[in-house]
Amino acid sequence: MTTLEPGAVTTPPKPPLIYNPKVRGIAYQAVLCIIIALLAWAAVNNAAENLARAKIASGFGFWENTAGFDISQTLIDYTTTSTYGRAFWVGLLNTLLVAALGIVFATILGFIVGIGRLSKNWLVAKICGGYVEIIRNIPLLLQLLFWYNAVLKALPGIRESIAIPGGGFLNNRGVFLPQPLFQPAARWTLLAFGVGIVAAFVYRTWARRRQMQTGQQAPVLWVTLGLVIGWPLVVFAASGFPVQFDFPEAGRFNIRGGVEILPEFMALLFGLVIYTAAFIAEVVRAGILSVVKGQTEAAYSLGLRPGPTLRLVVVPQAMRVIVPPLTNQYLNLTKNSSLAVAIGYPDLVQIFAGTVLNQTGQAVEVIAITMAVYLAISLVTSGLMNLYNRRISLVER
Amino acid sequence: MSDLATTTDAALMSGPPGYVRKEPIAPLPPPRSEAGLPGWMRQNLFSSPLNIALTIIFALLLVWIVPPLVKFLIVDAVWDGATRADCLARPDHPVMGACWAFVKDRINFFTYGFYPIDERWRVNAFFVLLAVGVGWIAWLDAPYRKLGAIYFFILMPVASVVLLLGFPWLGFTRVSTTQWGGILVTIVVAAVGIVASLPLGILLALGRRSQMPAVRLCSVVFIEFVRGVPLITVLFMASVMLPLFVPETWSPDKLLRALVGVALFSAAYMAEVVRAGLQAIPKGQIEAASAVGLGYWRTMQLIVLPQALRITIPNIVNSTVALFKDTTLVFIVGIFDFLKTIEAARTDPTWATPVTSTTGYAFAAILYLICCYGMSRYARMVETRLARGDKR
Repeated sequence: MTTLEPGAVTTPPKPPLIYNPKVRGIAYQAVLCIIIALLAWAAVNNAAENLARAKIASGFGFWENTAGFDISQTLIDYTTTSTYGRAFWVGLLNTLLVAALGIVFATILGFIVGIGRLSKNWLVAKICGGYVEIIRNIPLLLQLLFWYNAVLKALPGIRESIAIPGGGFLNNRGVFLPQPLFQPAARWTLLAFGVGIVAAFVYRTWARRRQMQTGQQAPVLWVTLGLVIGWPLVVFAASGFPVQFDFPEAGRFNIRGGVEILPEFMALLFGLVIYTAAFIAEVVRAGILSVVKGQTEAAYSLGLRPGPTLRLVVVPQAMRVIVPPLTNQYLNLTKNSSLAVAIGYPDLVQIFAGTVLNQTGQAVEVIAITMAVYLAISLVTSGLMNLYNRRISLVER
Repeated sequence: MSDLATTTDAALMSGPPGYVRKEPIAPLPPPRSEAGLPGWMRQNLFSSPLNIALTIIFALLLVWIVPPLVKFLIVDAVWDGATRADCLARPDHPVMGACWAFVKDRINFFTYGFYPIDERWRVNAFFVLLAVGVGWIAWLDAPYRKLGAIYFFILMPVASVVLLLGFPWLGFTRVSTTQWGGILVTIVVAAVGIVASLPLGILLALGRRSQMPAVRLCSVVFIEFVRGVPLITVLFMASVMLPLFVPETWSPDKLLRALVGVALFSAAYMAEVVRAGLQAIPKGQIEAASAVGLGYWRTMQLIVLPQALRITIPNIVNSTVALFKDTTLVFIVGIFDFLKTIEAARTDPTWATPVTSTTGYAFAAILYLICCYGMSRYARMVETRLARGDKR
């Protein structure tokens, strides 16, 4: 024991290392990493053993093997002699097709219902509200099964097909529509369409600059419509309507010609659109309600009329609130399109995680590829939306 | 204007006025009443030409949908019957409506699946246990809520396993999960999902906000991975990959595999819900807690989580609704849930009529609608109750 001189500087005794939060943190993390590594090692070991016992090959060699099964809807060439890799692309394209169409229609319907729910018209508001409450609270799978089994499959058979005005047929094998066949001269229309879009952009830039400088407005909407739609139509007429329709013909057992839209596809699209639109409607409603009334009143007091107020003041601010959850709904729709497997629409999950998995037995590889695709779609979409979001978000000092 | 004014002024001054109105002008008629039914209708339905058009369109829509629905579900419906012939069109019953006799006949199948008939009281007992637990947790002013949480998250699951699976030692014979089915399985999947996902989700959310990079990384990777893929692929993974990853002797049964998939999936979503609640707690709370000398776990347990979870209750209930709807997906990996029993019963030839499918789906839709709507009403009620504290 030494006596302490008053005023002498003493270093306090160092606490044991285990009380140092930094050391503890590192220790905890090391333990966590070791546990995860051990679990992964055990899983890989077990998997190797189980696969060897079941005599299942591993690796991605199956990609080049012949698939040997048929697919009812193919956007690219595919036959039973194509490879599993080809089948993968067919499935992926089918998924993307239904997701893209679903997003477009669900957005339109969702915005209508969402705005309708805020309408001053009592009946419109109540019906839109009822739609949202009912559709949101019934599982999507049940809705898909209903559309497929109870509605589309219950349609009359081929011989009693319902004729759609314009030369189409509707029966329990799907919808058969006339297929437009474009002749080479239609190229000019396509070219005119492209030129029209470019011209519309140039015109819009010019109109905006002039408005900034002189305050004079130019009719952007009508000129744009004319350039993008009217001008190609004129060219189309001038080149002598270079299109023919291949009409479907009803036979006794079959319908020949035309475009065939599978009932599975229609049921999936219907179900996804109606279900997702209910969620989008809520997103839209929340977005519009988030713009305080003072903004509208301020715009009126500046002399803006209701139309420009909505377009220039309310919508840009509402979009800021709407976009992030809207992206989530788009991703949900894409992920929900995997329910196709329940009604037999040949999407990625049905073809790949279903048929290919059953034929090859290579569960690990097939599921990993399927998950990677969805993960990639999710990450890319949310990345793009984050970019957009950064552009429109509030710029603060 | 000024010319006119000066001339009249001059005229007034020069001589007697030419004309002075003696009696008051008749008052304008009062504005149209805004009270009563006609006034209300004028304001809310027919205020402008656009509104009149909208009202007519939507009224037509309503007329197009609702009366046929009511006619099918109630007026033309067959309520009693023993065979499919009762539901078919007959001369005295020309239009086929919903075949509720079919639902009545199969209701036990829809509820219990293939659970042995003598043991079904055990399922009923499980339903009662669950109802008590849910009531205890959901009633915010219930007595002994802490005990309720222990009951809901520990006692009830153990008792349910003993009851449902059987425990020969206590005299309950074993009932294999392959015999479970219907509403029982749907409720088991949903209950396991919520009971497992809440603690897991809290851990993951805390991990995501942790100071330790490795813990944070693991949580973020897990959450974002699971949220980026559809539930079906998670279920496929659980049902075909899980058996590969464990020793062959374990061979987890089919329902357990699906339960693992659902629990992991809902944990990731729950984690994000809880994280939102954690973010709403001001940092001062945590600093104050460490100022009084509380460690990390005690801070979380005593200060942060009680506040965070309280404001997250509505979102937790909403994600429970989503989970409840998502339980239908286990049907795709071959589990006999409620929807699967409907599918099995509607394709069964003994009740094959043109309306059987629609009736089955309508029954399922009504049941799901009641459950999910009830839950979301509850969430909204809690939300207004919580908001009351912030009102001045």
